[in-house]
Amino acid sequence: MGRRTAIVAVGQTDFVSRRLDVSMPEMIREAVDRCLTSKGLDLHAVDAIVVGNMELFEGVNHPELVWVDAIGAAGRPLFKINTGGTVGASVAIMCYYLVSSGMYERVLGIGYEKQSEGESQSAITTVGDPVWERSVMAGAIGNFAVMASTYVHESKVTPEQAAKVAVKARTNACLNPHAHLKMPDITVERVVNSRVLALPLRQLDMCPTSDGACAVLVAAEDDAQRLTPKPAWIAATATAHDQQFMGDSPRRLADMRTLQTVAASVYGQAGITNPVRDLDVAEIYEPATYAELAMYENLGFCAKGQGGVLMDKGVTLLEGELPVNPSGGVLSTNAVGATALVRVAEAAMQVMGEAGEHQIPGARTALATGYGGNAWTEGLILKGDRP
Amino acid sequence: MNSPSDVIRLEYHANFEYDYAAGKYASTFMAALRDTAMLLGTRCTNCSRVLVPPRPICGICAAPTSDWLQVGPRGTVTGCTVVEVPFIDPMTGVQRPVPYGFAFIKLSGADTNIYHFLEESRPDKVRVGMTVEAVFRETRTGSLADIVHFRTVEGVS
Repeated sequence: MGRRTAIVAVGQTDFVSRRLDVSMPEMIREAVDRCLTSKGLDLHAVDAIVVGNMELFEGVNHPELVWVDAIGAAGRPLFKINTGGTVGASVAIMCYYLVSSGMYERVLGIGYEKQSEGESQSAITTVGDPVWERSVMAGAIGNFAVMASTYVHESKVTPEQAAKVAVKARTNACLNPHAHLKMPDITVERVVNSRVLALPLRQLDMCPTSDGACAVLVAAEDDAQRLTPKPAWIAATATAHDQQFMGDSPRRLADMRTLQTVAASVYGQAGITNPVRDLDVAEIYEPATYAELAMYENLGFCAKGQGGVLMDKGVTLLEGELPVNPSGGVLSTNAVGATALVRVAEAAMQVMGEAGEHQIPGARTALATGYGGNAWTEGLILKGDRP
Repeated sequence: MNSPSDVIRLEYHANFEYDYAAGKYASTFMAALRDTAMLLGTRCTNCSRVLVPPRPICGICAAPTSDWLQVGPRGTVTGCTVVEVPFIDPMTGVQRPVPYGFAFIKLSGADTNIYHFLEESRPDKVRVGMTVEAVFRETRTGSLADIVHFRTVEGVS
């Protein structure tokens, strides 16, 4: 293991469906400034930058060059990460590698997206193999619907149990000033009667598309504690991939082997033997309601096939034993390049005691995950106590 | 600075064209599909799984594949939906007509699945476990689109 490393500052823009008032670099800089000024810092405090997004969504190739001033990279070492939906978690883990290894003292990680500026549903099909997969793709929604159908077939999860995830997310979002979809009046009935996209998925079962950006500052050892009295110490990181083609892992929700691998790894590193007892809060990358229920099972929050029952019991509600996505999660806010970094930032805010109205009292141990193309999965455990 | 009174927006339209080499394995598969309406996979020399699409290496075992085997044209649906949300087909640039059936299909003799379309587009008539069969085009060009879709095989679970 390298140096003890922590997230010391986070910054987010408010997420909305369309930021017409700012250009991409102006929006990114908003998150960077919010991150640094929260601890009285500016870019002079930063040694290196890690940045990532979904480039084809906005059609800007080499965005790290085009927006170099916004990300603060002129004259500094810059690392671009490009791992699809997981990119924000990859950015955070890369910051950890760079600081923990001793290569850099303070690294700024940035994730961003303006989904309103492009055609993300079609752009996302270009993640498919051009020879084998693109002629038979149905975008993110068709893909998720097929995966969810397998999970529903095996687990017998009901639409009402899935709807409870949507209600939890959009209700929690009302307490998060940065969240996009805030729905104080949402009910299970509204969710199960919302427009069919591709069964079992209805409109309110899916994440929105958002514009927004997120930034985190990572530092090590005593420097981290000089920058903030309560850093979010990075106790564990892990990443895992699946096979080449989507059909190689058809049970991707029902049996998420990448998530199981990541969970076993980060729990082992952080000394977690019973996640519901040992974790105080989780911020997981749930692009659809059914995905969150399947993730409960594969993260070991409950036994196989019991994701819906766990939701029924209220264990993952804000006041439950293990609150999941008090921020409102991906179901409320989804600017893809920022999404997984928001999970990490929100987990950090919880153990730093900076989560405001959606703070889980006394949170000391938090899980954050990222999820993306072909089940690429990443996980981090953050702790309030210095390792 | 203060926000200006006008919000200026700039449109950009692009039509990039690509020309991909399918490679040895896909060319073998696509030629068999085009010429004889036959579907092929390759077998892993370690775990013996039959992989479709065919490929030189098994990703799980990191072992080479050897035999080519015929798979399908029947298969089992392992995941399915009926897509009702409009979506622009990246292959044609136009919106694919909705609704349409879409599924993971495990071809008989194969251990992996392929995505393809279902002839059936009524949500209550598509289900995990149903048997389907490839419907091939009369005139084939060497592409997965040489399969129009998979039709439901009645009377087989």
